[in-house]
Amino acid sequence: MTSCPQIIALSGVVKTFGGYTALRDLDLAVAPGRFVALVGPSGCGKSTVLSLIAGLGRPSAGTVAVRGVPVVGITPAAGFLFQRDALLPWKTVEDNVTLPLVLRRMPAAEMRRRAADWIARVGLRGFERAYPHQLSGGMRKRAALAQTLVYEPEIVLMDEPFSALDVQTRNLMEGELLALWQGSGTTVVFVTHDLEEAIALADEVVVMTASPGRVKARYDVGLARPRDVERVRFEPEFTALYARMWADLRDEVLESYARANAAG
Amino acid sequence: MRGPTRPVDRRAVAAIQAAIVALALVLWEAGARAHVVDPFFVSQPSQIVETLGSWWQNHYILRDVTVTLEETLLGLAVGGVLGIALAVILAPTRWLAAIFVPFLLLANAIPRVTLIPLFLLWFGLTTIQSKVVSAVALVVFVVFFATYDGIRDVDPTLVASVRVLGAKPLDVMRHVLLPSALTWIFSSLRSAVGFALIGAVVAEYFGAQAGVGYRIQFSESQLNTSGVFAGLFVLMVLVFVINLFFQWLQRRLVVWKPVD
Repeated sequence: MTSCPQIIALSGVVKTFGGYTALRDLDLAVAPGRFVALVGPSGCGKSTVLSLIAGLGRPSAGTVAVRGVPVVGITPAAGFLFQRDALLPWKTVEDNVTLPLVLRRMPAAEMRRRAADWIARVGLRGFERAYPHQLSGGMRKRAALAQTLVYEPEIVLMDEPFSALDVQTRNLMEGELLALWQGSGTTVVFVTHDLEEAIALADEVVVMTASPGRVKARYDVGLARPRDVERVRFEPEFTALYARMWADLRDEVLESYARANAAG
Repeated sequence: MRGPTRPVDRRAVAAIQAAIVALALVLWEAGARAHVVDPFFVSQPSQIVETLGSWWQNHYILRDVTVTLEETLLGLAVGGVLGIALAVILAPTRWLAAIFVPFLLLANAIPRVTLIPLFLLWFGLTTIQSKVVSAVALVVFVVFFATYDGIRDVDPTLVASVRVLGAKPLDVMRHVLLPSALTWIFSSLRSAVGFALIGAVVAEYFGAQAGVGYRIQFSESQLNTSGVFAGLFVLMVLVFVINLFFQWLQRRLVVWKPVD
C-alpha cells in the first residue's frame, strides 16, 4: 500500500472462533475524520471488526493497524459505544463520565470541568448524581456517549448503539450524535443492520457479506452536511442509494437467512 | 381487594410469630411442670430465665459475650480479608485459578470443626489465638467462594468497556470486579458470622477460661441443662444482632441497586 492517509487499515483479516469463521479476507480502510457505517446481515462479523480495531481481540490472520501501527493492546485512540448498557451500575452519571479521565490520572479540577461540560452537551444536566437504573434507556445512552467522548478519542467505534431504543428516541439520538460529531474531526465506525440509519448518518457505507464476513461493496454518501436525519430520508439521492444498497444487502440477508434455516 | 399479590401485612406476621413463640414456651413450661417431659433433660423456660438472671448478676454474660464477640469479630475480619484477597488474586487469572482452586475445594471438604483440637494444641489451649484461628478456618472458605463466584459472574461487556476506557488490570479490579462482587461478599459475610461464631464457640468448648462456649461446656459438665439452653439463647441473640449490623451496612454501601 502506498502512503494513503488511512487512520484505520485492516488487510487480509481472518478471524475464527473455534471452528467458526467470522471474518475471511477482510480489507477495510478508513480515512481520518470520516463517518463510516458498516452494514450486513446479522452474524456477519460486523461487531468482530470493531473489537479488532479496539484491540479487544486479535485477528487469526492478517493485520489490523491504527495510524499505521499494528494493534497489539487496547487501542488508546479509540472509544467504544456498546450495543448493551456498559455504564457501571454502581457509579453515578458523573462518576461514570469521569471514569476515563480518572484512569488517565487527569488533575481533579480539569476532570470535573470536562465531565460537567460533556454531561451538559448530551443534555443530562441535573442528573449528575443519578444511578444508571434511575435513568431511561435514552438517557443511559446519552451518559454512555458522554463517557465515550469525554476523553476525546480520535476514533469512535459504535456497535448498533441505538438499536434497543424506541423509534422516536432513536431518531433524536441520531440527530444529536451528528451534531456532536460535526466538525469534531473524529473518525467514526458505526455498525448497524439498519440501512436507513447507515445512509442518514454516514459519509461512506460498507456492505458486508453473510458470514464469513468480507466487504461486498462500498458506497459514498454525497448528501450535504449538516444533515437533518429525519428530513434527509425523503431526498431523492437517499432513496436512490437505498435502492442500490438494498439490492446488494438483500442477497446477503437472504443467504444468511437460508443458512440459519438450514442449520436450525 | 384480596388478590394473591396482596402485600404481606408485617404487623400480622410479627403477631403470629410472637404467638407461635409464646405457645411453644407455654407448652414447654407446662410440660416440664407436669413432668410430661423431664426438666432434668430439657430444662424449662422459667429455669433458663432464672439462670440468665443469675449470670447477669454475676457479670458472667457481659464478660462471656465480650470474650466470644472479640474472637468472633477478629476471626470474621481476618477470615474475610483473607478470603477476599485470595479471590482477588485467583479469580481474574485463569491459570492461577486452575492450579489452586482444586486445593481450596479439597480443604473446604474437610470438616474443619475436627481440626479445632489441633488448633488448640498449636496456638495454646486458653489463648485467644486458637479461637480466632478456628473461626478463620471456617470463615475464609465461605467468603472466598462467594467473592470468587462474584468476580467470575461479572458482565464481560462491563470489563471490555472499561478496558477500552483505559483501565489497567488493577483498575478493572477496583472499578468493576470488586464492586460487582460486593453484593455476593455481603451475603457471604452474613452467613460467615454464624460460621465465625461456631469456630470460636467450639474452640472455647474444648478449652478456655471464659466465653459463651466455655459457659455452655461448664454447664454441661455440671449436668445443668438450663445453663446450656441459657448459653444457646445468648449465642442466638448475638448472631442476630451482628446480622442486623451487616444488613444495615449493606444498605449503606450498596446504594446503587434498584430497590426490589
